[in-house]
Amino acid sequence: MLASLIIVFREVLEASLVIGIVMAASRGVPRRGAWILGGCALGVLGACIVAGFAGEISSLVDGVGQELFNAAILLAAVAMLAWHNIWMSRHGRELAASARRLGKDVIDGTRPLTALALVCGIALLREGSEVVLFLYGIAVSGGASAGSMLLGGLVGCALGLAVGVALYAGLIFIPLRHLFRVTGALILLLAAGMASQAAIYLAAANVLPTLGNRIWDSSALLSETSLPGQLLHILAGYTARPAGIQLVFFVATLVLISAGSWFATRPPRVIAGATPVTGQAPS
Amino acid sequence: MAIKDTASKRAPAALAALLACALLAGTLARASDAELVLTIKDHQFAPAELVVPAGQKFKLVVRNADAVVAEFESVDFHREKLVQGGHEIAVYIGPLDAGRYEFFDDLHPETRGHLVAR
Repeated sequence: MLASLIIVFREVLEASLVIGIVMAASRGVPRRGAWILGGCALGVLGACIVAGFAGEISSLVDGVGQELFNAAILLAAVAMLAWHNIWMSRHGRELAASARRLGKDVIDGTRPLTALALVCGIALLREGSEVVLFLYGIAVSGGASAGSMLLGGLVGCALGLAVGVALYAGLIFIPLRHLFRVTGALILLLAAGMASQAAIYLAAANVLPTLGNRIWDSSALLSETSLPGQLLHILAGYTARPAGIQLVFFVATLVLISAGSWFATRPPRVIAGATPVTGQAPS
Repeated sequence: MAIKDTASKRAPAALAALLACALLAGTLARASDAELVLTIKDHQFAPAELVVPAGQKFKLVVRNADAVVAEFESVDFHREKLVQGGHEIAVYIGPLDAGRYEFFDDLHPETRGHLVAR
């Protein structure tokens, strides 16, 4: 029972922390609960479908279908997180200011909730399919221990969700005017960590070079298998022995999202519609 | 709102392009190097210690002879891949420096083995 509890806990934890951060980042947006729940429902449905076709996906593209699939959905999540952060860098300040001025937490804005809902869905899709396969395997194998193993799985699932709820509860203690800066930083790190994981899948599929297997080794300092190490792995892609390609993807994601946010906050040099078009029209 | 409209139109297209690139890149991936086989049976890796070439990329085939799903994983050389019961998967590893690298079945963590690169 304990074995299945731990396995399911670890898988659920990752999705649960992502959803906790997303819930905090979308604080005050009307109907965000429905959006995020919708994203989660799609994710769970997707996870069952992926689990059902796991063998087929795996044997696609010369046997590296699983890696390419994982890399593609991770990079999609990175794109969604980047979009959210760049959007927020442009509008976050006004949103927080208007919420403060109105003295309420409800922000009337068209925030990219689709992006965040998709991120939740993707997190569940990735982790969920594994849980589904694992629990399904136990269920069909039957035997005396199957019942207690499944129970362990359920308890693990509940514990994993509880950690995500705790993270969310901690984050919403932060006053609204600071909250978006904190969630922005968390999402930036989350995106960079996901990109670095995608890099590993692409190297495993022989699409990208590894660029050095062990750039450093900090496993004595903070083991990746310890609980703090795992939390840091989920939240910021911590790897005790990173491959070179992981560092390239991690840094590139940090730089690209930061640059995108910087460009988005620059004051516009021309006001659209107010200035006449200069230069010659293309002929 | 103009920003949101264009962005939401672009997102699915970007996603599709991403997937297309990944698939295209995948078809270009070819096994040009050595190929090695590892079997999981009764929750044991056979061989428990596999000698692999150091300093070159190689393809490892993992066969799961058990009925239940396994996940071939290594923290040492960063690999993580599900292996359905009765199926086999291929995974590209390396180039590794000479040394010992542990791997395990993440869904049955007591199932462990080593790669020895030399």
